[in-house]
Amino acid sequence: MRLLLKGGRVIDPSQDLDKVADLLIEGGRIAEIGDIDAKPGQVEDVSGKVVLPGLIDMHVHFREPGFEYKEDITTGSRAAAAGGFTAVATMPNTNPVTDARSVLEFILRRAQEVNLVKIHPIGALTKELKGEEMAEIGDMIEGGAVAFSDDAFPIQNSGLVRRVMDYCAMFDVPVILHCEDMSLSDEGLMNEGLTATILGLNGIPAEAEEIAVARNIMLARLAGCRMHVAHASTRGSVELIRRAKEAGLRITCETCPQYFSLTEEAVRGYDTNAKVNPPLRTADDVAAIKEGLADGTIDVIATDHAPHAIEEKETEFAAAASGMVGLETAVGLVVTELVKPGILSLAEAFEKMSAAPARILGSAAADGTLQVGKAADVTVIDPAAEFVVDPSKFHSRSKNTPLAGRRLTGMPVLTVFNGRIVARAGEVIA
Amino acid sequence: MRLKRKDILGLEEITADEIELILQTAISFKEILGRQIKKVPTLRGRSIVTLFYEPSTRTRTSFEVAAKIMSADVSSIAPSTSSVVKGESLKDTILTLRSMKPDVFIMRHSASGAPHFVAGLIPESVINAGDGMHEHPTQGLLDMMTIYEKKERFSGLTVALVGDILHSRVARSNMWGLTKLGAKVRLVGPKTLIPPGANRLPVEVYTNVEEGIKGADVVNVLRIQLERMKKGLFPSIREYSRLYGITRERLKLAKDDVIVMHPGPMNRGVEIMPDVADSDISMITTQVTNGVAVRMALLYLLMGGTEDALAA
Repeated sequence: MRLLLKGGRVIDPSQDLDKVADLLIEGGRIAEIGDIDAKPGQVEDVSGKVVLPGLIDMHVHFREPGFEYKEDITTGSRAAAAGGFTAVATMPNTNPVTDARSVLEFILRRAQEVNLVKIHPIGALTKELKGEEMAEIGDMIEGGAVAFSDDAFPIQNSGLVRRVMDYCAMFDVPVILHCEDMSLSDEGLMNEGLTATILGLNGIPAEAEEIAVARNIMLARLAGCRMHVAHASTRGSVELIRRAKEAGLRITCETCPQYFSLTEEAVRGYDTNAKVNPPLRTADDVAAIKEGLADGTIDVIATDHAPHAIEEKETEFAAAASGMVGLETAVGLVVTELVKPGILSLAEAFEKMSAAPARILGSAAADGTLQVGKAADVTVIDPAAEFVVDPSKFHSRSKNTPLAGRRLTGMPVLTVFNGRIVARAGEVIA
Repeated sequence: MRLKRKDILGLEEITADEIELILQTAISFKEILGRQIKKVPTLRGRSIVTLFYEPSTRTRTSFEVAAKIMSADVSSIAPSTSSVVKGESLKDTILTLRSMKPDVFIMRHSASGAPHFVAGLIPESVINAGDGMHEHPTQGLLDMMTIYEKKERFSGLTVALVGDILHSRVARSNMWGLTKLGAKVRLVGPKTLIPPGANRLPVEVYTNVEEGIKGADVVNVLRIQLERMKKGLFPSIREYSRLYGITRERLKLAKDDVIVMHPGPMNRGVEIMPDVADSDISMITTQVTNGVAVRMALLYLLMGGTEDALAA
């Protein structure tokens, strides 16, 4: 089985490659990059397009097992493939919680059945995400867990955070932390400030995130573990992480497209699709996130793809579920908000969605590279294609996004998973 | 002039002209309340649903009285005795009630924005009778009517709102309405009860009550709720009363012709002293009467009435 991607601009940040070339895939592996004779086999003309390592989203919620009415591994995988992703890491807030090897193995088996995208389950740090007792981290690593997190159920007890960090340091697996001091976020529904005051919604101050970031940096230093800050959303968080990196700590950080594309103003009119956690912040925070992306403080762009059913969003703002889907708008937002304005080059932007998450999750997870001999996970994007976000066309089971109707530039046009074309121009074809 | 909007959700989005229209109509309707036969046929055959997800006596009764004087039919739904306790969503409750063909929904809800959600679901009019900490537009309007009756103007007036501004939908509606018509608004209360970002609102913020009511034409006292104390927002009723209670002594700092208002229900002896509440500068019972007039005016205008109400 030969597949030739002909005439594209091949950008592979992992090997500082950026040139117009042909890319040949043979036997599910990258066989050659260069000037390659077309025959024999399948040829795709990708001239004018950009050929990238398969994109990796290290923060998604696929909801299976337990919440299949929101999303399942099939629909989530289809959304990922359509959005240009060849690998994802799934958060453990399933039911039962992904806090044991058996659940992890179930997810891996389902991923293999669906076979559209590589799925790396993230194990829970604590049993049932309760923040009380440590989960069987060692057993889950043997079962294939690549990282650990309690995500949106952040451990409040500093002593316990220290112990799980110590324990994870022993295996050298990353601890992914949603940073939130819940005594400060309290009953908050959106970013604290003038807009929240006008709307009469309880606010969540930036400090609720920043205090937890600061605490977790200190504890990671104490434990000597690899810590990854999930979805940084504030200027203060970026500054704290920048300083921690300058001090040489093994700390990495992600943000999500919503935190560089939207502000708290999106909540006006009580749009429950703009209710996310951490909340959408101010224009100044958005500027700081972009600075952090540009100077490398923020390593990774992940989506925090958080599907919710219509009835969970079509309700009072206070009662609505938190989160938005992101897999099928990520490439467009990255190109529109970061590449077009010149904040990041294509190579810099997509490094944060390929080589960087691969480096953090470890080589067992995803390659994030187009090196010859590696598994042929390849994403081709058209950086000039324009489209209007239409949630009814999403492959995700859920449609919760505040971006409906937004005009974006930059579309995935071909997703190659293990040498096989799984999506073309937003349509899943496998 | 007609009111060209489907819903009354807050005073933030209403124009000064619209507020004046509502107040003028309410002032002309108030005469009906002085009649022996308090009934006009204006809204005969029109159907109104009140849906109060939070306890309320005065607002719900006021709307019912207003609707009945105008000859409309009123159905009052108390969610605690309805299918809501069986877990029905707000959307389904509204779609069910809507199928019974009311013209107007009047709604109170503990969640800010709940009436906005409902207004977006249905073509019928929605009047916000108080949503969470957001707005209570009919209270704002009746407060403005009360001020206007006494002062005959808004521009140049200084209105001090005293108390729990953070949680107060009354304060927000007063602030928007009064500033639109040219009054100066002060927010007065302990820092823990002043909302974040208040310094960027079109108001002055005071934490010292004496400074806050100094030279004021109107002092509007807000209810302090005991549960705020449990959340650590102030230490005790005793200290709150000592620092922020509106006394005769403190009112000497205000203008000589100051009027005092309170949206009710009052905690006598806490945020307002009994001798102030019962004095002739207190507008508290007038506010209640004006509340009926304002709600009559709103129902009338929303159902297509013009400002020449009584000529018809």
